[in-house]
Amino acid sequence: MDLKKYAPFIILGLLALLPLTGISTYMLHVLIIVIMWSVIGMAWNLLGGYCGQVSFGHAAFFGMGAYTAGLLYEKLGMSAWWGLPISVPVVTVFALVMGFIFLRLRGPFFALGTLAMGVILRITAENLTGFTGGDLGIMIRERTWVDKTWYFYIILILAAVTYYVIKKVVESKLGYYFVAIREDQDAAESLGIDTTLYKTIALCLSAVITGLAGAFYMNYMGYIDPKVVFALHDISVVTIMVVMVGGVATFSGPIIGALIMVLLAEVIRSIPKLGMAHHTFFGILLIVIIIFLPNGIAGDWPKLKKIFAKGKTA
Amino acid sequence: MTAMLEVKGVSRFFGGLAAVNDVSFHVNKGEILALIGPNGAGKTTLFNVVDGFYPPSRGEVLFKGQLISNRKPHQICKLGIARTFQVVKPLQRMSVLDNVIASAFLRSKNKSEAQDIAVETMKFTDLYDDKDVISKSLPLGKRKRLEIARALATRPEMLLLDESFAGLNHAELNVSIEIIRKIKEKGITIMIIEHHMKVIMAISDRIVVLSYGEKLAEGTPAEIRENPAVIEAYLGEAQNA
Repeated sequence: MDLKKYAPFIILGLLALLPLTGISTYMLHVLIIVIMWSVIGMAWNLLGGYCGQVSFGHAAFFGMGAYTAGLLYEKLGMSAWWGLPISVPVVTVFALVMGFIFLRLRGPFFALGTLAMGVILRITAENLTGFTGGDLGIMIRERTWVDKTWYFYIILILAAVTYYVIKKVVESKLGYYFVAIREDQDAAESLGIDTTLYKTIALCLSAVITGLAGAFYMNYMGYIDPKVVFALHDISVVTIMVVMVGGVATFSGPIIGALIMVLLAEVIRSIPKLGMAHHTFFGILLIVIIIFLPNGIAGDWPKLKKIFAKGKTA
Repeated sequence: MTAMLEVKGVSRFFGGLAAVNDVSFHVNKGEILALIGPNGAGKTTLFNVVDGFYPPSRGEVLFKGQLISNRKPHQICKLGIARTFQVVKPLQRMSVLDNVIASAFLRSKNKSEAQDIAVETMKFTDLYDDKDVISKSLPLGKRKRLEIARALATRPEMLLLDESFAGLNHAELNVSIEIIRKIKEKGITIMIIEHHMKVIMAISDRIVVLSYGEKLAEGTPAEIRENPAVIEAYLGEAQNA
């Protein structure tokens, strides 16, 4: 049996059984957050890793998904779960507009454009107090479930679907076109690839998946405000770190990265006094990764294996 | 013979500089037309205009009677003109096979079809043995050939080759000349920029000479060889070097 081929199914199966083992609520919470970050990481990876369009503003899509869910509840009295399906068209339209403006920019200019977009949305959400409630945020007063099990299954399904969709996309014509655009946009254009169109597709897919994660976050956490869901450090930058640490343009990279980043954050935050400095540790980690494992843990796995093998023989 | 490509009064300015100035010529179906001229004559700029990277400042380009000078490169490629780049642009972190597959997708519905086209093209251009090599690590000669393979995989009717022979050694040169001949036999029209006089004289049906952005002469290799203006502007210079 080809273990590598079946690994995703085995992992999915084991995860699905986990809540039945009487795992603690805290551990389940950490797992839910890990899986949510995997989803966001996979989404970013499609645009940044495969298509080469590095976004520093994925909080914009995350926050938009979260606010779609929150506002449906707050303004229309609907269940915030409607945020999941309804965030899809909302985020798509937003991504199309954003793509129209920013996808004509290349490389660092695109990155700066997206960075600005995230900040603009945060400030807008803070100041449109009549619509968003401003800094007071939105709170869901009656939670769907007290128990975390169902939240776990919902995010697990979302992650599994995301993984499947991205794998299918990357292995298809779209994937080849994305990578061609990343490697050389002029060459891609001269090979008959409509670079603007395919970059827009990558952006929309990436944005929609991130928005879904945002809508889930609203339902799960029960409270959002602009500083949380449109955060530059805690969302946009962490998204990039998840992928960088795990491995850019790999299938498993964002999942490995999410696991490491979330666990690390939990561990560091629990250390007295030093806990506040978790951003510092993230920064140091990123520097180490960029110098020693530029392709991330999944990408530089053969290199890592060699290092550990050497340690054994020495 | 019918004209495959017509360049009509094309000019392209960069600021005050006329890189190409009022150039007109045509390429017949099935022939090899060489574009020669000293460095900076505007050959590559003209290619970039034909292929849609730069819109012409004046004039127009027609492909099979259809105006293409207002279209984008990917649309022009879809219509049937493929090109190679003088400074090679392989998709670096992809294998040779994946490079060719990426361009073969243009005319195929699914991946297996694209793969078939890619394998066929790589055998045709003698690259099949290198199919799993990451293109970043290919030697220059093969990278130049990869450019040709990638262009061919889009199934063009016309091929623009920008210095596909520059920097090749003698053996590689012969392989590439053979490939160009085979491409012509397939009925693909070729427009080629080249400095290598021996190659040009051997393979081209007609030659257009550019100098300082203007058309200096046009004719068969024999006519061009005898043309005093060309000898002065171009060949004379080459002989002194």
